[in-house]
Amino acid sequence: MRRRMSHDVENAAEVDLTEMRPGETGTVVRITGGPGVARRLETLGVKPGVMVTKVASQMLRGPVAFRVGASQYAIGFGMARKVIVRR
Amino acid sequence: MSEKVAQRRRRILLMGNPNVGKSVIFSRLTGAHVIASNYPGTTVEYTKGLMRMGDELVEVIDVPGTYSLEPMSPAEKVAVQMLEEAQREGERPDVVINVVDATNLERNLNLTLQLLESGLPMVVALNMWDEAKHIGVAIDTELLEKTLGVPVAPTVAITGEGIRALVQRLPEARPGTWQFREEDRWGEVGKVVRAVQEVSHRHHTLLERLSDASLQPFSGTIMGLVVLYLSFRIVRFIGEGLATGVMEPLFEHYWRPLMMQLSHLLGSGGLIHDLLVGRLVDGRIDFLQSLGLLTTGLFVDFAVVFPYVIGFYLMLSIGEDSGYLPRLSVLLDNIMHRLGLHGLAIVPLLLGFGCNVPGVMATRVLETRRERFIAAALLAIAVPCAAQSAVIIGLVGSRGTSALLMVFGTLFAVGVVLGLLLNLLLKGESPEIFVEIPPYRLPYVPGLVRKLLLRLRWFLQEAVPFVLLGVLIVNLLYRFGIIEVAGWFAAPVVRGLWGLPKEAVAAMMVGFLRKDVAVGMLAPLTMSTKQVVIASVVLTMYFPCMATFIVMFKELGLKDMLRATAVMLIASLGVGAALNFTLLK
Repeated sequence: MRRRMSHDVENAAEVDLTEMRPGETGTVVRITGGPGVARRLETLGVKPGVMVTKVASQMLRGPVAFRVGASQYAIGFGMARKVIVRR
Repeated sequence: MSEKVAQRRRRILLMGNPNVGKSVIFSRLTGAHVIASNYPGTTVEYTKGLMRMGDELVEVIDVPGTYSLEPMSPAEKVAVQMLEEAQREGERPDVVINVVDATNLERNLNLTLQLLESGLPMVVALNMWDEAKHIGVAIDTELLEKTLGVPVAPTVAITGEGIRALVQRLPEARPGTWQFREEDRWGEVGKVVRAVQEVSHRHHTLLERLSDASLQPFSGTIMGLVVLYLSFRIVRFIGEGLATGVMEPLFEHYWRPLMMQLSHLLGSGGLIHDLLVGRLVDGRIDFLQSLGLLTTGLFVDFAVVFPYVIGFYLMLSIGEDSGYLPRLSVLLDNIMHRLGLHGLAIVPLLLGFGCNVPGVMATRVLETRRERFIAAALLAIAVPCAAQSAVIIGLVGSRGTSALLMVFGTLFAVGVVLGLLLNLLLKGESPEIFVEIPPYRLPYVPGLVRKLLLRLRWFLQEAVPFVLLGVLIVNLLYRFGIIEVAGWFAAPVVRGLWGLPKEAVAAMMVGFLRKDVAVGMLAPLTMSTKQVVIASVVLTMYFPCMATFIVMFKELGLKDMLRATAVMLIASLGVGAALNFTLLK
């Protein structure tokens, strides 16, 4: 698959958690990858239909911090790539 | 006959998500007698204590936090096993107190529902009630109680508000009555939340802004450096203060006369004397060099290591309870991943700066064997303990700051390069970080004190015996001349490869026991700055002190311990030689 160019990301309706800007809010559309990842994220309340706000990401594919409801979490870059969000 | 059947004490299981204040409620409920132990067959630690319920003394267990009963981590597995144990108690069932974070009802109720399915009598503690109100969340507890079918008690564990009511309602604990479809647990939770909770709009608080800032790469790094710097200053202040102000005078004024009497009693020599009191130096006991169990052994434990361990454990506990540690682990996760570790590995590494022994023991918090190996190896090679750092600063510092920077800079570089290499060479990957970042909180002081005391007691029980054993072993090696033989073999390396004077060989040998003492032995030798730098670096790297060595054996097993040792010897040979042939003077 061709990697999206950065201006595509700016405009794309659907992005993953790593592509969001800090402070940006969106609605989770789906979780890609196996059921294990989806189940693990679900225990945090991250599931389709839920609003997430990105807080920060670390340089060089570091972990991504985000807010769901009143709570904050940090997950690894790989897992964050699997959370697809519509803004 | 029937009462002869060993009756297990009835239990109260405190269960809930991580970071919901379970441990603070635990502190509030239980008395002074609290035990931390490992769940059989695991490295997962939990605490238990006693409390009075009616006229019965019951055991309260602070079960490891879990998000669901479909376990994803060793700690969550233990939580599920504890619940299953409780379910097997038929007649006088155990009670579950489900601690729920009122600020995050939805996620927490997901677990509550699963707990209700266990059929155990239950009470819900709706904790952080004040914080929920503060952020504009209002919960109709009566309606929630009716829906769930179990008592619901709002609590603010930190202030103690509502705890008495919670205890009073314990006898009302009962299995829940909530009927729901298992397939759609989240849907059901959503319905309840919509019915009982009302959220009003609010603005970002100052603490939240601070929280966000501490997670951004740039501002977070600066804050992290400041926090770490201040923490080390505080640790040093506490450590030095206790060591020179309290422990050393105690040993000098009270312990030394006693030991001298013992020495006379034992005839100032002989095997027993030398094992207990050690060799006399100029007719006196030298607490650092006599090597007796009751002299050097106890002195090193209580006057050299323990004061710093107190400081380190205090700062670690504050870091955990204030909520800063998870943020630091997120910031460092990326770097740590490249070294084959993940963010949480910062805990054993930081502890290692106090004393490598608890550091190696703390590698248990890491999930995989691979991570534990890498962390322990890095600790033993590149992290000098507080006692050792102090003598290095004393010895090398007099040669100027640049020499000092050279020593610690080399050690840091060695740690990084070695981590990169181990990560490349060892099979497997380190698991990705997956943590909750709790809001900043002011630590609950009595809880903090209790945690500190628990950890110190654990250190005394688990680590101190190893230091003593280490002293004993080196004493024996000395006595039977084995150290001298080893020194004879090591001499070509020490002199030829590292360019150190032959007197340094003796120090290298003592380094098997106490790195700090060994560095101290270098002080009277006439050496160039370059030699002092090389000797300090090599002494830190080439072998862990005997106590760390034994603990590594215990934690890693023989094979991995030998592998780690091989890595150390090779690395120190290479680095020592490299410094010798590249440094100018």
